[in-house]
Amino acid sequence: MENDGKTAPLTRRELLRMIGLAGGGAVMYQAMSSLGFAAESPYRRPAPLQGTGRGTVLVLGAGLAGLVAAYELGKAGYKVQVLEYNARPGGRNWTLRGGDVYTELGGHKQVCQFDKDQYFNPGPWRLPYHHHGVLDYCRQFGVPLEPFVQVNHNAYIYGKDAFGGKPQRMREVQADFHGGVAELLAKATGKGRLDDMVSREDREILLEAMREFGGLDSDYRYAAGRASSEHRGYAKEPGGGPDGKPEFSKPVGLSDMLNARLWKGLGMSELYEYQTTLMQPVGGMDAIGKAFVREIRGDVIRYNAKVTGIAQDDHGVTVTYEDTTSPDQPRQAKADWCVCTIPLSILSQIPVQVSEAKAAAIAAVPYMASAKVGLQFNRRFWEEDDAIYGGVTMTDLPIGMISYPSHGIGTKKGVLLGSYNFFLEAYEFTALDPATRIRKAVEYGALIHPQYPKAFENGIAVAWHRSPFTLGCFGWWTDEAREKHYADLCSMDGRIVLAGEHASYLPAWQEGAILSSLSAIDAVHRRAMAGGRA
Amino acid sequence: MKMPMLFLACLALAGAAQAQTLDPDFIDQKDAIHATGEQIFTHICQGCHMPDARGAVGAGHYPALANNPKLASAAYPAAMIVNGRGGMPTFGFMLSDAQVADVVNYIRTHFGNTYTDTLKPEDVKAFRPAVKPPTKEH
Repeated sequence: MENDGKTAPLTRRELLRMIGLAGGGAVMYQAMSSLGFAAESPYRRPAPLQGTGRGTVLVLGAGLAGLVAAYELGKAGYKVQVLEYNARPGGRNWTLRGGDVYTELGGHKQVCQFDKDQYFNPGPWRLPYHHHGVLDYCRQFGVPLEPFVQVNHNAYIYGKDAFGGKPQRMREVQADFHGGVAELLAKATGKGRLDDMVSREDREILLEAMREFGGLDSDYRYAAGRASSEHRGYAKEPGGGPDGKPEFSKPVGLSDMLNARLWKGLGMSELYEYQTTLMQPVGGMDAIGKAFVREIRGDVIRYNAKVTGIAQDDHGVTVTYEDTTSPDQPRQAKADWCVCTIPLSILSQIPVQVSEAKAAAIAAVPYMASAKVGLQFNRRFWEEDDAIYGGVTMTDLPIGMISYPSHGIGTKKGVLLGSYNFFLEAYEFTALDPATRIRKAVEYGALIHPQYPKAFENGIAVAWHRSPFTLGCFGWWTDEAREKHYADLCSMDGRIVLAGEHASYLPAWQEGAILSSLSAIDAVHRRAMAGGRA
Repeated sequence: MKMPMLFLACLALAGAAQAQTLDPDFIDQKDAIHATGEQIFTHICQGCHMPDARGAVGAGHYPALANNPKLASAAYPAAMIVNGRGGMPTFGFMLSDAQVADVVNYIRTHFGNTYTDTLKPEDVKAFRPAVKPPTKEH
């Protein structure tokens, strides 16, 4: 966009700061997403690496980026070894179930109390239809997917200062917002206010379009009646028999709707990354990581391996690590090449023998804060009482949003995402101990669903800055940092190349990890085929 | 102190829903600008540096703020808070100069730290990055 010269363009950070001051976490989240890089994944299934790979590759990290590298390079003939800090594969591709134990930094240990078949994805939890890479691997490996409900018109939008703290149905907020705006535009058109901007023929089409878009009546008014009720729902639903006649609902006027600011809760579902259809693996997100492990030949992953140094020379790469179960004895692994997927929050603390420019890039990306709480309830009151089947309720409370499970609809129990936040609220949730996070999620959630306290059974909380294996949620790039460091971060440095969501323009998304890994292994393979000279 | 003022203001509004704004675990966005050094520590810093400021160790580590020789100069924590580095996010956009000074002074006088020099808000300006001339958007 060209700057028109009237206003100085704001930096992304300035804009986020202003939005942060003006609105709540949900607004920040939406703003952050819309200021992100909502480009369609350019993934096309790559041709197999051409030529027979010879030599050895060390892959650091068994998250999706590392698993893609291990799988593809192994298939091409390289001898691959993977070092992973955790005792499990997947990294942030992770699902918590009953019996799972999670100890966060600071020492708080949680044992997941969920019933059998209940689960919670503390990391990534949805796959946009245009993330072709991750969807293609699911297809190749037979990971079954099901629809993930993002947009639910019957879920709520909650503003603590709006409508006396009474949650409003998204459907009503959207209808009243669209209806009010459409009526306004129709009025302006009718009064000739748009004559110098819109041709006569276009004005007629515009009026017709506004009537359909906004649910306006034949006089272009947004008022109680069939047209508006067809958008916002009825006060008394249409039924059968003598009492079947519906009653129309009463719209909220535009001024009230604007001032309530609930329209801020509408925007997210319009964004490219959250548009229908999204998907989720059946039974938990970790099905993807597990499928990779099944496909990788041999016992190539070494778990409990904490990398403490990465060195290279003309002949190869030497990685120093310790086995966290017997940490006193430093160990070494050697290979011709290294694909390092360690998050930058950690890699920036490890001595790595790379150029100054790459070291500067590694140190230039702080990690976004985020915290999630999964809550198990003894009944699905959101379905039984509130007719909410999947989807997201947006709030301006510290919990950010509530999301209802898209799976298990109609069964007895369920696990809600009871809190998911960013920025200030995420820092604050992180600063609390896990038991308090869960208690707070129940307390605030009860403002929207009073059924919470009675139906709540147990919960588990993951605040990403306390995660021992990531020290944060995802790489928080700014435009300035990308301009200065992104090329250096992604370039092959001697025998070492980096991969992960942090080396992509799809921050936080699994697709970013996959695309960056495919790019990284392509660089390794080219170099190897060119005679192995770094 | 700012808290009592905020407390009274909230009491005046107290209703079932408003009571939540009294929650000491969360700073309302509107009030964020008034958060004190201690509040900033307990609401933000201790998430990583831990409530006892002793840091933590996993695949990487969070440095302790207790007994950390790097705190000898107030400039070091001030620069880190404003600009971030490595795993440390930047907080310059969230906190005013007075708040940066306040939280630096708080950590340098707690957790066994007994530094006597005080960082002033006007000292913080020096750590803010120079405003770049606007670049053309693309």
